[in-house]
Amino acid sequence: MNLYIKYDMPVTCKRILQDVLDKFQLDYSMSSFWEIEIREDLSGQKLSELSSGLNNYGIEIVESHKSILVQKIKDAIIEMVYMEDKLPLSKTSSYLADKLKHRYGYISNLFSEVTYTSIENFIILQKIERAKQLLITNELTITEIAWKLNYSSVAHLSNQFKNVTGLTPSMFQRIINKRRMLKEEA
Amino acid sequence: MENGLIHVLLADDDEDDRLFFREAFEEIKVKTKVTLVNDGVELMNHLTHNGHPLPHILFLDLNMPFKSGMECLLEIRQNEHLKDIPIAIYSTSSSEEDIEDTFVRGANVYIKKPNNFDTLKKILEEVITINWQYHTSGLNKDIYLLNR
Repeated sequence: MNLYIKYDMPVTCKRILQDVLDKFQLDYSMSSFWEIEIREDLSGQKLSELSSGLNNYGIEIVESHKSILVQKIKDAIIEMVYMEDKLPLSKTSSYLADKLKHRYGYISNLFSEVTYTSIENFIILQKIERAKQLLITNELTITEIAWKLNYSSVAHLSNQFKNVTGLTPSMFQRIINKRRMLKEEA
Repeated sequence: MENGLIHVLLADDDEDDRLFFREAFEEIKVKTKVTLVNDGVELMNHLTHNGHPLPHILFLDLNMPFKSGMECLLEIRQNEHLKDIPIAIYSTSSSEEDIEDTFVRGANVYIKKPNNFDTLKKILEEVITINWQYHTSGLNKDIYLLNR
């Protein structure tokens, strides 16, 4: 017996997409036939898995290589900045090249092309972000924070903090404390 | 997704300021879609009108007729649907007290209106770039404070 089959391609593709995305338990919506909005930040790892999951069906995430690698670079930087003890002392360029197994020049150019910022600026932003979080928990002194994040001195950290945020660390702390007080009153 | 269009909304009652602002965004390398509103009442209507996508960042003039920037700031931060919009205060004042007060009440960015166009361009480009990191790199918006 031969069965003759007719496909409704848009419906077929949409169902496959939905099945795969549901399997990954993502919060998403189909913005259009060509675009899916994922309402969470995917790690580079998860994006890779999703990409190969879709590839089984001949579906490709366009620009996948670039965005996946950029996400991996971000993950590696964030992992580095949030290390429990202390940031690695090796040069960050060799640290990242090692970790991602690409030449630093390559990842650095790619990063600037896709994110509107440079790796160097991104690292500074993340380090200051980490400093902010440490400042508001009040567990460490600013001297300890500077040491943990590999700043040569408190002045160096304070200067970079001021450059990035436009505020001194103490003004930053005061604002966050006042916000908390306002919330408690409300 | 990363290089998508960035939606920018500006509320300012001064026509010259609105014009400079739009021109500055046309000249910077980040691609933006700029929407302008003329005062606080128009702003709140725009934001609560269904169908408008929420902006990636709202630039808010402090001194506006009908409803001031500060009133808008407070309303937005108390509105469940709007409270996560990053807000950049755009003001002529550079007093530390004003700056601190707007931050305490929930602003994320404070920009002292510069008196020349090139500085404005430079500041807006920098703010947009950092703001973009808050959208794409999962930074914590509760501690997002930037003073320029």
